[in-house]
Amino acid sequence: MKLTGHVWKYGDDINTDYIIPGRYMELTDPAEMAEKVFEEHDPAFREGVKPGDIVVGRTNFGCGSSREHAPIALTGNGVSMVLAESFARIFYRNAINIGLPALECPGIHDAVEKGDKLEVDVTGGVVKNLANGKELKFKPLPEFMVEVLNAGGLAPYLNKTEEW
Amino acid sequence: MSTISELILARASGQESTNAGDFIKAEVDVALNHDVTSVLAFEAMREMGADRVWDPDKVIMILDHVAPPSSVNAARVHNVIRNFIREQDMKNFFDVNSGVCHQVLPEHGFVKPGMVVIGADSHTCTHGAFGAFATGVGSTDMGAVLARGKTWLKVPETIKVNVNGKMGNHVHPKDVILAIAKEIGVSGATYMSLEYHGDVVRNMTIAGRMTLCNMAIEMGGKAGLCETDDKLYKWLDQRTSGPYEEVMADEDATYKSVLNLDMTGKEPQIACPHNVDNVRPVSELNKVKINQAFIGSCTNGRLEDMKQAHEVLKGKTIHPDVRVLIVPASRAIMKQAITEGIITDFIDAGATVSNPSCAACFGGHIGLLGPGEKGIATSNRNFRGRQGSPDAEVYLSSAAVAAASALTGYITHPEAAQ
Repeated sequence: MKLTGHVWKYGDDINTDYIIPGRYMELTDPAEMAEKVFEEHDPAFREGVKPGDIVVGRTNFGCGSSREHAPIALTGNGVSMVLAESFARIFYRNAINIGLPALECPGIHDAVEKGDKLEVDVTGGVVKNLANGKELKFKPLPEFMVEVLNAGGLAPYLNKTEEW
Repeated sequence: MSTISELILARASGQESTNAGDFIKAEVDVALNHDVTSVLAFEAMREMGADRVWDPDKVIMILDHVAPPSSVNAARVHNVIRNFIREQDMKNFFDVNSGVCHQVLPEHGFVKPGMVVIGADSHTCTHGAFGAFATGVGSTDMGAVLARGKTWLKVPETIKVNVNGKMGNHVHPKDVILAIAKEIGVSGATYMSLEYHGDVVRNMTIAGRMTLCNMAIEMGGKAGLCETDDKLYKWLDQRTSGPYEEVMADEDATYKSVLNLDMTGKEPQIACPHNVDNVRPVSELNKVKINQAFIGSCTNGRLEDMKQAHEVLKGKTIHPDVRVLIVPASRAIMKQAITEGIITDFIDAGATVSNPSCAACFGGHIGLLGPGEKGIATSNRNFRGRQGSPDAEVYLSSAAVAAASALTGYITHPEAAQ
């Protein structure tokens, strides 16, 4: 699975309150959640994000609350994947569960700048920065998670899977 | 041999033993849900092809985050949940004013040693204080639990935390966990469990152990766990009935790392903005003026915390520049605090006392901070914007420090406020 997109670059410890503040947790409509993404942390994101764009963080991306609103708010804006040195575990599960690839990619933060175009082989484990030619390898996702992503998330996956 | 997590997850997955790194499917004993994550979980359950929850007696629902509702949308969400409860014949429903889910669950005897508790809330790790493997998940994972009664887990590595030494006056379990967070850092326990051992933990109240386990997630932890003992069985006996499984790590268990913490001579600890590991002893803070003190939450809203605050506030008057919000973590705690005269003294001191709920902790309900304001809070997160404006600052402390700071108007050692 190869995807291309432009980078939105953030730092360490991007918590779920930054991605979507607690006062919007009462929302249940994904489109409404999408409107609130990075509302205070980076208002320019919502204005500039394009379908297929890639969010890049450093360490501990998605720490804090268990709210699934956070990855939903990202996919609702067309974000195709999140790349980071490391993820907080609940965000990581939530992202995969809704069909958003969350890929642990050592060195990614220093290898890209905002706006760079990346080509990512999600299953092969290769990121190519088309802006500067740099190439990074990462450990591909386990087969089970790839199946969940290919199904479009855990809900459609389980809908077709008796064994669980 | 096995850590507590490896032991519990072996039983839950029907195996003789498990090792850190194993992927397992665990049977879930308790599924914890609350008002702001569950509607998405119901939708996920239905998308998975299930019309009914796998076992209505094992699903607990608590309305605590936006309770009572502070917006039309929250009121609508509560009604979606009430309809689901009726449709699914679920008995274990705790409506507005019952309290915070992590307090209500054990108080009503739902948590026992050795269980697997999965909650659609990051602070589900609180229940490790009862010797249960308890962890937070998102709504789709919860949907899978509701549909199938199982979840997949990677058996976590464990950091062993030994807490020993003599706790000084005005030093409380919150100071212990903040001192631990300073050492481990906000991502130092990612994907791992924390096991709390040592004399300080053994001598701690159950409320204190809940505070330790509650904040495992603030270091990225999957679970926080304490061994079981007679003190716990006595606590449980007042709320449920045995026999209880004894949950102890094997002496030769393999740990990822060991942290030894000596509390002797430690002062009250403060987590400064905007990360939970930005921890300093209170004496290092230079008269940080505050506009609000919040005493409550699943971290520190228990009777023990109410008493710490009461010790400081009784017969005194809150500083005119500070608003104080005190929110007991459950109805039982609120009633007991009323019976003991604590609430009257809070009100006489000038505090606002509100109904059991999450309140100011997550910034979605009452008690928000405005731009440029500073707040001290007994809750668990001080992220920028967590309790209102992104231009506000949140400091985390024990109830004793929060109460002392409410009297002086700046962050204060409880000793100095007396």
